[in-house]
Amino acid sequence: MDMINLTIDNRPVSVEKGTSLLQAAAEVGIKIPSLCYMKLHDLNIENKPGGCRVCVVEVVGRRNLAPACCTDAAEGMVVQTHSMRAIHARRTVVELILSDHPTDCLKCAKAGNCELQSMAQHLGIREIHFEGEQSTFREDTSPAIIRELNKCIRCRRCEMMCNEVQTVGALSAINRGFNAVISPAFEMNLDHSVCTYCGQCVAVCPTGALTEVDHTGAVIRALSNPAKTVIVQTAPAVRAALGEEFGGEPGTLVTGKLAAALRRLGFNYVFDTDFAADLTIMEEGTELLNRLTAYLGGDKEIKLPMLTSCCPAWVKFFEHQFPELKDIPSSARSPQQMFGSIAKSYFAEKIGVDRKDLVVVSIMPCVAKKYECSRDEFSVNGNPDVDFALTTRELAQLINLANIDFNSLPDEDFDHPMGDSTGASVIFGTTGGVIEAAVRTAYEVFTGKKLARLDFTELRGMEGLRHATIDFDGLPIHIGIAHGLGNARKLLEDIQKGTSQFHAIEIMSCPGGCIGGGGQPYHHGNAEILKKRQMALYREDSGKPIRKSHENPYITKLYEEFLGAPMSEKSHHLLHTEYFDRSKK
Amino acid sequence: MADYRMHLLVCGGTGCKSSESEQIRDNLLAEVERYGLNDEVQVVMTGCFGFCGKGPIVKVLPDNTFYVLVKPEDAATIVEEHVVMGRKVNDLLYLDPESDEPISDSKQMDFHKKQVRIALRNCGVINPENIDEYIARDGYAALATCLSEKSPQQVINEIKLSGQRGRGGGGFPTGLKWEITSKSQADQKYVVCNADEGDPGAFMDRSILEGDPHSVIEAMAICGYCTGSTKGLVYIRAEYPLAIQRLKTAIHQAREYGLLGDVIFGTTFSFDITLRYGAGAFVCGEETALIHSMEGLRGEPTFKPPFPSESGYLGKPTTVNNVETLASIPVIINKGAAFFNSIGTEKSKGTKVFALAGKINNVGLIEVPMGTTLREVIFDIGGGIKGGKKFKSVQTGGPSGGCLTNSFLDTPIDYDNLIAAGSMMGSGGMIVMDEDDCMVSIAKFYLEFTLDESCGKCTPCRIGNKRLYEILDKITKGLGTEEDLTRLRSLCNVIKDTSLCGLGQTSPNPILSTLDNFYDEYLAHVRDHKCPAGQCKSLVKYSIDNEKCTGCTLCFRNCPVGAITGEKRSPHFIDNAICIKCGVCYDKCKFDAVSVS
Amino acid sequence: MNKIKSFDDLKQLREGLQAKIKQRNSGSNPESIVRIKVAMSTCGIASGAKEIMNFLTDELEQQSIEAVVTQTGCMGYCYAEPTIEVSLPGKEPIVFGDVDTFRAAEIIEKYIIHNELVDGILPVNYRTIDN
Repeated sequence: MDMINLTIDNRPVSVEKGTSLLQAAAEVGIKIPSLCYMKLHDLNIENKPGGCRVCVVEVVGRRNLAPACCTDAAEGMVVQTHSMRAIHARRTVVELILSDHPTDCLKCAKAGNCELQSMAQHLGIREIHFEGEQSTFREDTSPAIIRELNKCIRCRRCEMMCNEVQTVGALSAINRGFNAVISPAFEMNLDHSVCTYCGQCVAVCPTGALTEVDHTGAVIRALSNPAKTVIVQTAPAVRAALGEEFGGEPGTLVTGKLAAALRRLGFNYVFDTDFAADLTIMEEGTELLNRLTAYLGGDKEIKLPMLTSCCPAWVKFFEHQFPELKDIPSSARSPQQMFGSIAKSYFAEKIGVDRKDLVVVSIMPCVAKKYECSRDEFSVNGNPDVDFALTTRELAQLINLANIDFNSLPDEDFDHPMGDSTGASVIFGTTGGVIEAAVRTAYEVFTGKKLARLDFTELRGMEGLRHATIDFDGLPIHIGIAHGLGNARKLLEDIQKGTSQFHAIEIMSCPGGCIGGGGQPYHHGNAEILKKRQMALYREDSGKPIRKSHENPYITKLYEEFLGAPMSEKSHHLLHTEYFDRSKK
Repeated sequence: MADYRMHLLVCGGTGCKSSESEQIRDNLLAEVERYGLNDEVQVVMTGCFGFCGKGPIVKVLPDNTFYVLVKPEDAATIVEEHVVMGRKVNDLLYLDPESDEPISDSKQMDFHKKQVRIALRNCGVINPENIDEYIARDGYAALATCLSEKSPQQVINEIKLSGQRGRGGGGFPTGLKWEITSKSQADQKYVVCNADEGDPGAFMDRSILEGDPHSVIEAMAICGYCTGSTKGLVYIRAEYPLAIQRLKTAIHQAREYGLLGDVIFGTTFSFDITLRYGAGAFVCGEETALIHSMEGLRGEPTFKPPFPSESGYLGKPTTVNNVETLASIPVIINKGAAFFNSIGTEKSKGTKVFALAGKINNVGLIEVPMGTTLREVIFDIGGGIKGGKKFKSVQTGGPSGGCLTNSFLDTPIDYDNLIAAGSMMGSGGMIVMDEDDCMVSIAKFYLEFTLDESCGKCTPCRIGNKRLYEILDKITKGLGTEEDLTRLRSLCNVIKDTSLCGLGQTSPNPILSTLDNFYDEYLAHVRDHKCPAGQCKSLVKYSIDNEKCTGCTLCFRNCPVGAITGEKRSPHFIDNAICIKCGVCYDKCKFDAVSVS
Repeated sequence: MNKIKSFDDLKQLREGLQAKIKQRNSGSNPESIVRIKVAMSTCGIASGAKEIMNFLTDELEQQSIEAVVTQTGCMGYCYAEPTIEVSLPGKEPIVFGDVDTFRAAEIIEKYIIHNELVDGILPVNYRTIDN
C-alpha cells in the first residue's frame, strides 16, 4: 500500500494514496466543513462535484485554494484548513449561498434538519454582506414530492442519486450561470417526467428544496371527524427508524411505542402493514410456485424470473423504462395496497362501516407510497383503498403536534386482526427481506417439509447486487437481489438479453431497501444508520414467536372467512393488479 | 496603356492621414504636374504600411525607396530629387537604429514589418478548398517527415525543444502535453482540436479553419502519431458554418489522397478525424467541459486532476489542443525547433495571433512574435487610436483578462509578462479603449458576459459573479459607496481563489485590473457620482448653453421623450427629470450648444 | 485522385504543383493570365466578398479578359474588407481593400487593363516564413 505523508494544520498525517484531503483531515480529527460532498460508505455512493467550494483549504505553494473533497493528498503537502484566507473564503462562499436563499427558516420544512442552516451556524455567520437578486423559480408539486427550488444550493446530490444511483434520469442541471438549477428536462413538472418518486433525492437534499407532500393536515382533519372511522397501518421499516426522530440511537426498535403513539393520536384501530406483508407472501409465493411448477413442467408461455412488486417506485421505474417486461413482475399488489383493499372490504364489513366512512392511513418509510395510493386502479368508485400515506417523518410531526412524549410511552400491541404478523413480514423492510420471507413459505409449501433453519444469511447484506442459490430439496432455486434502481437495471438488462439465470428476483428502489426509504429520518450521509436499522429488523424477526407467513393464524382465518385460497378469483380481484406502459413510445 | 515609369505610394492609413498624408499626396501631385510628368509618374494613396510610428510614409516604386516621417513640404524635394534627378532624399530615409546608416530599399528592411505569419502563413494565400495549393506550400510534408523519418518521441522532443505553449490561453507546453498522453497506457486515445472559440471579439481560430484547414488536420495527425491515437475530433461551434464546411471539404480531400485513413504514407499509422459541434457555450472552451459536451453530457467542467491527457474523452487519454497551436506544428517540423525557438522571448516562443478590435484604426487579425510590445501592436500595426483620440487602455485575454494602461505599453507581450501585469494572454482577443470609454462600464460589460456564460456549477462563479455585477451596476448608476469598492475587491479575490475552473478563477480580472489601474475612475463614480468618460447614463446630465442656442428647434424636434422645451429663436431647455440621456440632442445640435457633464 | 502512398509521392506532387505556379507567375510565359484572389472568410463574405467575386468573374468575362478568380482565406485586414489580391503576369501581387463593385470596376479598368495603380492598395505589412 502506497502511503502518503503530509501535514494538515501542523499535524503530520499518513494516509493511503488516493485519499482526499477531506478524509485525510478527518483521520486526525480535523473536520473540514463541506456541503455538497456526500459519501454513503459500503453503498458505493459518492457525490463529489466540487461545486459548493465550502471545503476549500490552503495548500502551501498552490496558487488558489484547494477543494478538500476533490484534492488528493500528495507527498509533502502542507495544508492549512483554518488560515485567515481559508476561513474568509469559506465564510464568503456560504454568505453567497445565503444571499440567494430564502430566509424563512422558521417555517421551512427542513428547519432543524437543514445542512445549510447548520453550516451558517457552524461558521458563525451573523450578517450577509451581499445582497441582490434572488432566484425565483416556480414551485412544483407532484403526488409525492415538492420542489421548492429557491432553496436549492446546487449541491447536485439529487441529480447524482437520480442519475447515477437510480439511473432514472428525471433530474439534471439545466440553464446556465445564476439561473442554473436542477430540474426535469425542459423544466417540466415532475409528474410529467420519468420520476419514480423513490424519494432518494428528498433523502439527500441538504435543504428544504426537495420535500415530501405534507398530508398531516388531512390526517388530523380525518381524525377529528366523528363520522369517520380512521384506521392506521404502519410499515415494517418505520419501527426501526422512528425513534431517531425523538433522539433515539439509530437501530432502536420502537414497535411498542409506535403502536401506543398511534393509539393516542386517536386512530380507531392500530394495525400493521406487516399483516399485509404476510398476505403478500401467500399470494406472491403461490404465484411464484405456480409459475415455477409450470415452467419446470415445460410450459413455454411462462416467463421467469418472477420479480417482486412491493415497491411502488420500482413499479413505476419498469413501467417507464422496461415496459416490454411488464408481464414479468408478480401481479401481487404491495402490502400497503393489499392492506387497504382488505381493510375496505373484509374489515369494513366486519365492523359494519361503509367504505366511504372508513379512512385508511398508512405510515410509510417512503414517499412513493403517496403516489401509489393515488393510482386509479387502487380505488373503488373514486374512493381510494388507502386514503393517506404519511412518511415516518410526518408521523413524528403528528406525534409532536399531539403533545405526546414519545420516549415515555409504554409498549403496546397492535390491534387484531390486521395487526398480527410474523417475523417474515418484519424483514420486508430491508433489502433481501421479501425474498427471504417468500423462501420460508415457498420452501415449505413446495417441498412439504419443515425448514431446519429460518435465517437465510446468504440472502442478507448491503451489497447492491446479490445472488444465492437455495436448495429446494434437491431443486436449486437461483435468486437475485437488487437494491437501488441502477442495480435493478443491470438485472433487467440481463433479462432483456435473455441471459438471466434467476428464478426469482427481489428489487427495492432505495439503497438498503425500505429502511433507507425517502420518507425515513434523514441520515445526512451516514450509511451506518442504515445498517443499524437493518440489524434492528432482523432482531425483531428472530424475537417473533411465528416467523413464517403461512403460519400467521389471522391470515389463515382471512382465507377461510373471506378470500378462499391464494390466487383465488377474489384474491385476484382484491390483491392483484396490472401494469401499464408509461414509456410514451 | 499608360506606361508609368514610377509610382509614388502615399500611406493613406488612418494614422498617417491624421498626419496630413492627404496634403502630401496633393503636394506630390502638384509637383508632378509642375514638371509635366503626369504621364510618367502616378501618385497613389494606399492602406496602412504598418510602420505608423514612422509615418507618414511615401514609397517609391519600382526602386522600393521608403521615405519615413514625410511632411507636406517634403513633396517638392521628393519629386525634384528622386523623380527628376534620380537621387534619393537621404534625410527622409529610415536610419538603421544599429548602424545609423540610412536604408533606402524597403526590401532590405523587412524587419520594419512587425508581423511574422506562422499560424496564418497560408491564410489569404491559398485556396482553402484546394488541397493541392496546401501541398504546393509544403503541406503534409511535416506529417510525411514524422512518419517516415522520426519516432514519436523524436517528434515530441522537437516540439518540446521549440518551446511552444498552448495558444488557447493556458500556455501549457505543447510537447509536454503530448508526452503525457503518449505515456498513458490505454487501448484507445484521442486527439481533440478545441475550436470552441468564445471570447467576445476573437476570431483567430475561425480564420485559420476557414483559411487553412489542412494545417490543423495535418497537425492533428502528427499529434496522433506522437501520442498513439488513431482518432481525432474537432470540437467546433455550430455558429461557424463556413469553417465547418471548409474543414469537411479538407478532411474529404485528405482522405482522397490517403493522408487520413489507414496506412498513411505507406506506414502502419492510421488516423481519421470527425467533427463534433458545440452550441457556443464559452465554458466549453475549458477542456474538461469540452470533453463532457462531446460525450453528450452537460458542458460543465470537472476538477482536474485527472487531466484529459490521462483520462479524457470517454475516460481515455486525450490531447486537447487549440486551433492556433495546431496550425503552427507543421512549421515547427518543417523548419525545425530552432527556427521556432529563435522567435519570441525567453519563456514564450514563436508568434501569437491577435484579433485587434475596439477604438483602433486597423481592426484586424495580426500575428506577431512573442515579445512584441503592446505599443508596437497598437500604434505600429494597429495604426493608433481612431479619430486621433487618446489611448486609455487595452484589454487582453478576453473576459478572463485585464485592462492595461499606458504604463504597460512597452511591456513585451508574453504569457508571463501579461499575467504579471494583471491580465493574461488568453486566446488572443485585444480590445483597445480610448479616453471616451468608462472603465467601470467596461468591467461591467465583461462581467455580464461571464455571468451569461458561467455554467453555474460552483458557488463563487454562479452567485459571486452575480453579486459583483450588481455592485458594478450600482456604481454605474451612481448609487455605489466607497465601501462597495472594498467589498468588490474582497469578493473578486475570493472568486479567484475558490472557483472550480479557469472561467471563474479569471472572471474577476477585468474588475481587479481596472480597480488597480483606474481606481480614480471608480472613486469618481462613488464619491462624486460622476462618470469621467461620460458613459454612465445615470450620471450624465445634458444641458443647453443659452449663449450658443439659436432656438433652431432641431433638438426639440428630435428628442424622443419630449424633454426639451423652448420657443423658436430663443434658447431651449432640457428637463432632466424627463431626459433619458440618449444623446440625440447632442448629436443633432449644429451650434455645439448641447453639453454633457 | 491518386493516393499519396509515400513521402516521395508527396514530393513529386509538390514539385509538379510548384513548377506550375512558377510558370504561371513568370511573366515570360505566354499563357500567363490575370489571377485574382478574393478573401472569402466569414468576415469577407459578410462585407460582400461573394458579390465582388461574382462581379469580377462576370465583368472579366464580358470584357474578354482572360483571368482566374479564386477564393482564399482571411488576409487579416478586417478594417478594409472586402479585400482582393490581383496578380498581373510578371508583376508582384497587389492587395486592394474596401472593394465594392465600383472599385472593382475601377481596378479592372485602371489596373488590370491599363496598368495604372489605384488608391486603396494595402501594402504587405507582415513577413512570411517562405524562404
